[in-house]
Amino acid sequence: MGAVEAGCRYYFGYPITPQSDIPEYLSRELPGLNGEFIQAESEIGAINMLLGASATGARAMTSSSSPGISLKQEGISYMAGAELPGVIINISRSGPGLGGIDASQSDYFQCVKGGGHGGYHIPVLAPNSVQEMYDLTMHAFDLADLYRTPVMLLGDSVIGQMKEALVPNPRPVRELPAKGWEVRGKSGAEQRVVKSLFLGDGELEAHNWHLHAKYQVMKEKECISEEYETADARLIVAGFGSVSRIAHTAVTMARAEGMKVGLFRPVTLFPFPEKALAQAAGRAGKVLVVELNTGQMVEDVRLSVGAAAQVSFYGRPPGAGSLPSPEELLEVIRKNYEGTAR
Amino acid sequence: MQQVFKRPQSLKDVQTHFCPGCHHGTIHRLVADAMDLYGVQDRTIGVASVGCSVFLYGYFDIDVVEAPHGRAPAVATGVKRAKPESFVFTYQGDGDLAAIGTAEIIHAANRGEDITVVFVNNTTYGMTGGQMAPTTLVGQKTSTSPYGRDKSKDGSPIRMAELLAQLGGVAYSARVAVDSPKHVLEAKKVIREAFGYQVEGKGFSFVEVLSACPTNWGMNPLKANARVGEEMIPYFPLGVFKKEEA
Ligand SMILES: Cc1ncc(C[n+]2csc(CCOP(=O)(O)OP(=O)(O)O)c2C)c(N)n1
Ligand code: SF4
Ligand SMILES: [Mg+2]
Repeated sequence: MGAVEAGCRYYFGYPITPQSDIPEYLSRELPGLNGEFIQAESEIGAINMLLGASATGARAMTSSSSPGISLKQEGISYMAGAELPGVIINISRSGPGLGGIDASQSDYFQCVKGGGHGGYHIPVLAPNSVQEMYDLTMHAFDLADLYRTPVMLLGDSVIGQMKEALVPNPRPVRELPAKGWEVRGKSGAEQRVVKSLFLGDGELEAHNWHLHAKYQVMKEKECISEEYETADARLIVAGFGSVSRIAHTAVTMARAEGMKVGLFRPVTLFPFPEKALAQAAGRAGKVLVVELNTGQMVEDVRLSVGAAAQVSFYGRPPGAGSLPSPEELLEVIRKNYEGTAR
Repeated sequence: MQQVFKRPQSLKDVQTHFCPGCHHGTIHRLVADAMDLYGVQDRTIGVASVGCSVFLYGYFDIDVVEAPHGRAPAVATGVKRAKPESFVFTYQGDGDLAAIGTAEIIHAANRGEDITVVFVNNTTYGMTGGQMAPTTLVGQKTSTSPYGRDKSKDGSPIRMAELLAQLGGVAYSARVAVDSPKHVLEAKKVIREAFGYQVEGKGFSFVEVLSACPTNWGMNPLKANARVGEEMIPYFPLGVFKKEEA
């Protein structure tokens, strides 16, 4: 719905659980909106159709889940290299291999650290509610156009299949740069080429520096995070996406027991909200990272806070029924809270 | 004085990087000729593939999108669906189209995408140094089939034009060669016809062009040119395999 509101009229995808609600919805909606829905022959086919549609300047998207995202990495790398916008929704599941369809955050590294070849970055947004899924999808299309980059929305089966009230906010009004790079048939004007091959002397190095500079601007301007009860906290719990909902409940329970605990939730995983986290962590002195994996985002937390705070981790590898309960997290909070009193 | 032979308008006035005796250059010219014939240069979006023809945009004066290896038909699908008023063609080698890109070509063809595919079959991976391709002839020696292609282990060369002609979405499928003036004239006619299918919105059109790769065949240009007729055409017959009258 967020995609349609954002003006996306082209969807290309291949079936995979747990994200099939998205293609099923768009296969009903897009034809009536003068758009196109294609069920592709594979995720590779789908990402390349997105590449093609996006090269014409159209707003287009694909969606998938972890094994399918692995197949899309080639195309994502080409899109990053050719600076093509496009939105990729990843309702991730557990792995490695076929794994399972349970909620999992085991693909943080894959999504945030590149995944495909060539050392690129793409913005990764991690909603934790239906409302955010909607709002951030619209935001993703804007970021994609603004920075000429693919953008990923990372959720899991908890976020992907959650049923919650939604306010269908209108698309935000954001000034976007004129395109002028899109292929259109040259119409008597200059030839335009969308490519990622740079063989000229120094050309590729310059291109990579250009991409690097773009990532620095994103780090400066596009970090989003949310804080809850962090002002006087002595322990900050940090988590993204679905686990942040459980952590929120656990933090509320800890507060009821008199513990000064807060929650820090990165909404953008790339760019990672380093500064905001470092500030909150510096005040508290201690951070407890919780993830639905055995420790991935915790590396970015450590890099962000440096020596300003002590960092500990709690997480479990994915598997059926392995979502931690609020009580389980509360117990971990209690242990980590000991010795923080000043 | 009247000029009777000139560079097609859709082709740039530059030197190509192709090896002496390579047929890619001739095929480029025929493709440009067909674009000129229909006057579609200004609304054409070419999709380049990975292989010796990757520099499509350096030779054709048209807008171009570069596709990952084998994915050109999927990229072209996205382009054409988002911009149906454009004229879209892919230009792909045999490694690109008949090996790594088999899924993409079969399904784009089967969906009946309104695009044209120019398929250059030189029975080898030209750009990477002459390895065995899906179209390498049985017995043919390449850098990765030093004892010759062995049918029992490597399978038989794929006849793409016939294979695609079986699919419901394909409106036009043909094979041509450019090894003699007669064949060049035939190829010109067929490529024009294939482009005409798209111009008239009749659906997916496909032209396979047999092509010489003297460099990787280890032959001089004349010998390589002769091989097309002596060895390739007997296995890859020329002709129009499907021509749907819409
Ligand atoms: C994913 C991937 N695998 C392999 C390659 C290396 N590669 C570049 S060109 C090529 C083969 C080209 O052969 P063909 O398609 O027959 O075109 P030709 O050069 O013969 O015209 C290969 C394997 C690549 N670029 N990308
Ligand atoms: S390697 Fe073969 S296909 Fe490539 S340019 Fe040379 S002759 Fe042509
Ligand atoms: Mg070849």
